[in-house]
Amino acid sequence: MSAQPPLATPPKSETIGGPFNLTVAQLTMRGLLGRRRVIFLLALPGLLIALAILIRALAGQDDEVTAGVAGGLGVAVFVPLMGVIAGTGAIAPEIDDGSIVYLLAKPLSRHTMATTKALVAMVTIVVFSGLPAGLAAFLMSGADNDLALGLLVGGCAAGIAYGAVFLLLGVVTRSAVLFGLLYALIWEAVVGSFVPGAKTLSISQWAASITEAIIGKDTAESLNMESAVDLGVGITLLVIVTIGATWYAGRRLRSIRLAGEE
Amino acid sequence: MATLKIDTVSRWFGNVVAVNDVTMEFGPGVTGLLGPNGAGKSTLINMMGGFLPPSSGAVTLDDAPVWRNEGIYRRIGLVPEREAMYDGVSGYDFVLANAKLHGLPDAAAATKRAIETVDLVEAQSRPISTYSKGMRQRAKLATALVHDPQVLLLDEPFNGLDPRQRIHLMDLLRTMGKEGRTVIVSSHILEEVEELASRIEVMVSGRHAASGGFREIRKLMTERPHQYTIRSGDDRALASAIIAERCASAVQLVLPKGAGTAPGVSHDATLQVQATDVGEFVRVLPRLALSRGIRLYEVSPADESLESVFAYLVAR
Repeated sequence: MSAQPPLATPPKSETIGGPFNLTVAQLTMRGLLGRRRVIFLLALPGLLIALAILIRALAGQDDEVTAGVAGGLGVAVFVPLMGVIAGTGAIAPEIDDGSIVYLLAKPLSRHTMATTKALVAMVTIVVFSGLPAGLAAFLMSGADNDLALGLLVGGCAAGIAYGAVFLLLGVVTRSAVLFGLLYALIWEAVVGSFVPGAKTLSISQWAASITEAIIGKDTAESLNMESAVDLGVGITLLVIVTIGATWYAGRRLRSIRLAGEE
Repeated sequence: MATLKIDTVSRWFGNVVAVNDVTMEFGPGVTGLLGPNGAGKSTLINMMGGFLPPSSGAVTLDDAPVWRNEGIYRRIGLVPEREAMYDGVSGYDFVLANAKLHGLPDAAAATKRAIETVDLVEAQSRPISTYSKGMRQRAKLATALVHDPQVLLLDEPFNGLDPRQRIHLMDLLRTMGKEGRTVIVSSHILEEVEELASRIEVMVSGRHAASGGFREIRKLMTERPHQYTIRSGDDRALASAIIAERCASAVQLVLPKGAGTAPGVSHDATLQVQATDVGEFVRVLPRLALSRGIRLYEVSPADESLESVFAYLVAR
């Protein structure tokens, strides 16, 4: 080791801002899409698409079955599950093991950090669950009606909101995965199905309003896919929650506390 | 030139006080932050690094608050104690990522220099997950140096380094101190800090116990009363002789459980001697024993652990 000669002076501006930072994105992607993890991430969409091909081959085209498999399983279960995995996985492991210190010890806006990580989580969720749900619907029902398109857009919209919300959970709590699973599997899948009031506080219901608008109200009713909220309310809530959660994650990152070994 | 100030800072976690009303000032040069494990060094380093707000008081770098001030990291480099890094990437890619996150105009050149500085060139292409502890330590140091910071905070940086790497790191840190950088090194090993730092701040149980050059700290430690345990052929006679020589402040005869207090003390009894002048005591003791025909079975310092040295400094 030898003494370090002075380096070129960094830019004068105090904090590096902007909506996106490529280096943060690359580090987050590497963490999310490590070799073992990517196999796990591929397992869910692989299972869904294999199921869709099998059903189409055995039972032919049936929109009700498509709604049950691509909508009930793909969008309602796999998308929030992927949301928990990618949303919390984009930041919670770094906070848990302390490696986040290498990001935090930089003159980088915490909002840039949060937005970038949220975008990476959202893209991961869309690629590994939103798009496969639409593809599964297309494989089962074809493109004759708008069912596949509706599930694709609805699933992706839900995935984007989940990415922001679960990223925020990863910042504010060390039990992010647990709370995320409780929300995704208990609140949305169980409470949201039986308690009318809870339905309006459900990301999947907000996204379902988009699906419903694409496939038409009548088709949605016949397939038991109607949303508990209107399209305008659904889109507004999705946008507010996505932007709000991402902004608040950045705010919380500004004051995140790292305890030492002691 | 940068001055890091800790002004009447306390930090507590629930009911536990980790740092208690500490005031310190770190200027250019190498300063050692010395104390046993659990003394509050890492908490202090975390507060100086802006990763923990003080519960009371203020931590500033040239009068600018460190907490919630991202811009401050242009001037601070940090080597954390925790081992976790982005293990999937190579050492080079990790240091390069750090350079880019700093927004350096020529991140590749800065990375090359930092890696050369810490002597990690041969291992730079390997994933960090394959690194030894010493290599990880050097990779951490490279990330802290890559933006050429004015202030360098190192939390137990010598952990896991072999003797050669330790010497090299000490040389590097000394050079950086001479260049006018403010280098703060925490350690629980006195000799480490003594070799490196021109100034030492001693922390014990969350309190600022002592401050000064290593000679002053060493003097405080050597001049403190030293306790010795002695077993001899005639403990009572030896105790009288030691007290008469005035090189001990107290001599206590410790009898084994169940033993009487009659003359003719058994060999299981011990003398606990509080020597005020260690040099004089160790010179006088054999002479006293020889002149009185007392056989010495055991003479051992009873409390030389670092914790007891620190405890004495706190109690002063």
